[in-house]
Amino acid sequence: MTPQETVERALALSKADGCVVVANERSETNLRWANNTLTTNGAMRSRRLAVISVVDGAAGACVGVLERSAVTADNLEDLVRASEHAARESAPADDAAPLVEAYEVTDDWDAPPEETPVVVFGGFASALGAAFGEARSQGRLLFGFAEHVVTTTYLASSTGLRRRWAQPTGRFELNGRSPDFSRSAWVGRYTKDFTDVDVTGADAQLASRLRWAERSVQLPPGRYETLLPPASVADLMIYMYISAGARNADEGRTVFSQLGGGTRIGERLSDAPVTLRSDPVEPGLESAPFMAATASFGGLVSVFDNGQPVGATDWIRSGELANLVRTRSWAAKSDAPPRPIVDNLILDGAGGGRSLEEMVAGTDHGLLLTCLWYIREVDPQTLLLTGLTRDGVYLVEGGEVTAAVNNFRWNESPVDLLSRLSEVGRTEGCLGREWNEFFTRTAMPALRIPDFNMSTVSPAS
Amino acid sequence: MAEIDAAFLALPMRRLADAALTRARELGVQHADFRLERIRTQDLALRDARLETTRDGEDLGFAVRVVHTGTWGFAAGVDLTPEEAVRVAEQAVEVAMVSGAMNHEPVELAGEPVYDDAVWLSAYSVDPFSVPDSDKIGLLTDWSEQLLSADGVDHVDARLEQVLENKFYADLAGTTTTQQRVRMEPQLTAVAVDRAHGSFETMRTCAPPVGRGWEYMTGTGWDWESELAQLPEWLRERTKAPSVDAGRYDLVIEPSNLWLVIHESIGHATELDRALGYEAAYAGTTFATFDKLGTLRYGSAVLDVTGDRTITHGLATIGYDDDGVQTQTWDIVKDGVLVGYQLDRRMARLKDLGRSNGCAFADSPGHIPLQRMANVSIPAAPDGPSTEELIAGVDRGIYVVGDKSWSIDMQRYNFQFTGQRFFKIENGRLAGQLKDVAYQATTTDFWGSLEALGGPQTWLLGGAFNCGKAQPGQVAPVSHGAPAALFRGVNILNTVKEGGR
Repeated sequence: MTPQETVERALALSKADGCVVVANERSETNLRWANNTLTTNGAMRSRRLAVISVVDGAAGACVGVLERSAVTADNLEDLVRASEHAARESAPADDAAPLVEAYEVTDDWDAPPEETPVVVFGGFASALGAAFGEARSQGRLLFGFAEHVVTTTYLASSTGLRRRWAQPTGRFELNGRSPDFSRSAWVGRYTKDFTDVDVTGADAQLASRLRWAERSVQLPPGRYETLLPPASVADLMIYMYISAGARNADEGRTVFSQLGGGTRIGERLSDAPVTLRSDPVEPGLESAPFMAATASFGGLVSVFDNGQPVGATDWIRSGELANLVRTRSWAAKSDAPPRPIVDNLILDGAGGGRSLEEMVAGTDHGLLLTCLWYIREVDPQTLLLTGLTRDGVYLVEGGEVTAAVNNFRWNESPVDLLSRLSEVGRTEGCLGREWNEFFTRTAMPALRIPDFNMSTVSPAS
Repeated sequence: MAEIDAAFLALPMRRLADAALTRARELGVQHADFRLERIRTQDLALRDARLETTRDGEDLGFAVRVVHTGTWGFAAGVDLTPEEAVRVAEQAVEVAMVSGAMNHEPVELAGEPVYDDAVWLSAYSVDPFSVPDSDKIGLLTDWSEQLLSADGVDHVDARLEQVLENKFYADLAGTTTTQQRVRMEPQLTAVAVDRAHGSFETMRTCAPPVGRGWEYMTGTGWDWESELAQLPEWLRERTKAPSVDAGRYDLVIEPSNLWLVIHESIGHATELDRALGYEAAYAGTTFATFDKLGTLRYGSAVLDVTGDRTITHGLATIGYDDDGVQTQTWDIVKDGVLVGYQLDRRMARLKDLGRSNGCAFADSPGHIPLQRMANVSIPAAPDGPSTEELIAGVDRGIYVVGDKSWSIDMQRYNFQFTGQRFFKIENGRLAGQLKDVAYQATTTDFWGSLEALGGPQTWLLGGAFNCGKAQPGQVAPVSHGAPAALFRGVNILNTVKEGGR
């Protein structure tokens, strides 16, 4: 059965009051390497079918969500019946909302699932092999990972809605180290097809950063003027984004809750005219234009919102908190428009921002980071996060990098950083180090923070 | 008495294994294994006693892994037909051939006896997937309502994750294993909101995730009644607690908090793949480098650490690993010195360490096995002190209960943890809760400051479902047992001051 036939047959079998079927066809290939040699690799194909049954009960709509891999014509009816059974056994869903009605779409519903081309790593793999040779001859070790995944989603609802989306996601991370592991540098890229990944250029960048680290100085903990490059800004903004649920804020449970009640929407978070936004048609960062959820989660995502169009949204507009992620159910209860979560995130300054290199040149005395690591929440009231610096902290003196510095453990809140930042650089596509397994599509500027809190020293390298 | 699920046994695993392994042999591999897995999951989450998440998942598929001309090749599929098994075997060999040009470390595997048709089941009484959803949701609703009705509780989050994992493994050497295990992770969190002051506090249950069945929810292995009854008062006390003064304190740490420190600062640091650099670009490396095996002073002389995949109800416990190795127990730290690592067959051979200690694990049929964490635990001191006796030995200190926030660097030196409850210790007695507490240390300093371990009466097996590693990312369940323990002079941070307020 094609995925289209499968979802149509599942809908036809459904005896629930409402039903949404989501088929995800996934094709992926990956390479992983360490110490200038390949370590693991794989090519995988997988298929998942979720049947979401809604049964109207006296106390409200109940939902059953069953998701399985390896569904065949023989066991499809079992899955549909099990989903209905789960709905009937369930309690009323807290996030219940009417299923999304059909609307006009231009998706190519009949198109087959897209596949990761076998040759996706063709040119890339030979460039990587050459980079291993180059690194070996220059006494440098390369580590890293390359992955290409294409997920094709078919969503069909008993309301008549049909939507299809094929999402390519590629990640490339290259880590270079000195043979004694004392110096480390990193670059990461998001790519849709690997044709734009320049392995040789990335390796050259690592080589130059490892040369920066040939001189090293020890610095104590303290507050330092710090340049956060786009990759590290991405990791901080992603954490803030997934903490930006309207319901939790309305209930007084997040940094976005207003003293006395309500949320901080409308409040100025930054004196700088920064805009944090998402847009499914952002060039180069295209993401699904509709909601496809196989589980409700954390007040951010609801299975009842499946098929809901996802549009451009400003979360922070010119420094002011503009929107929080709001499901349709909570929108109805809180009398505000729904704001579905979008699978990309962009931070813009007012325009005319400088490149990171120009920001370094404009720094008299400060630290330049590479990326942040092991980011965890310490205090949700302020969204205080802790984490480490990783793969290169550099001392900038008189506009130039003069040495590498020890790593630090930092304690900072991204919300607080927005209020303290002193410069917003030029926005560029970037890959966060910490969250790129879950969130890859980001464009961020570098930020200058006058007093970043380096809490303790980490001896790690 | 639990039995291997009949629906799993009815799958055509032997036919597919035969097809895949035969084809791999024809293609001239040095090693091939076939693994078919079915993983059933159910996640339930309630928000203020109303159902927020219900999701049943089933992941079924198989993988073929080969060593061909000294290079790994791996491929996975979902269609359970012999033709597809042959195709996947061919693809695994093809992947190995394409990758060979980039491989400079020929793969060889440590020897292991052959296990002919071995069967293993974890220890549990009631398969959670046999319990009606209405009963499960009903219990979580009752518990949530009980907490919501208590003074000072504004919100309650309840969640329950349940897993039934079946693995079938066969390799060219002749080993065949069929295994089944069950695990449960229930959590309830009470929240107090003070809108007037714009503040909120939470208090979560400390019941650990375990390798048990539904009986865990009904009184076997945990006293839910007592913990749920006390949670609101602990929360109320926390909202009124004074903010901690940063500085050095002696700590008495409960195993409900210490398990996570063991996990991060010993468990990960003694994974041999990290020591060899395989995780350098992602999960990280370790300060416990291979040249220090047998000499590194990890902690004080009272510190012993074992690795095992055998303890009853342990989350990493299983009969045979995903390399076909029978699981074991071994020493990692003895009298404070590093003496062992966690291994798989490839690394055991590479470093001439004899037989693998059985740490290969893949989290799904679509992922390649890696060296993953065993249950890494600290034994109790025989005839050791009670928690109260440990507290009695502290003049100025903090008693730490339950895990919360955690972070550690990529070489496993610098860590920072918070907890569910911090109680001030004054002159050997508890003197009320403190808030805004985090403790921060360097691994070897911290374990070096370990003065005393509690007795068996303080010992608890903690753990997590979601240990992350590797790219593509894989999650693994793992347990860590520990007694209560006394540490001297640990650095305490005030988290509000850290936030610059």
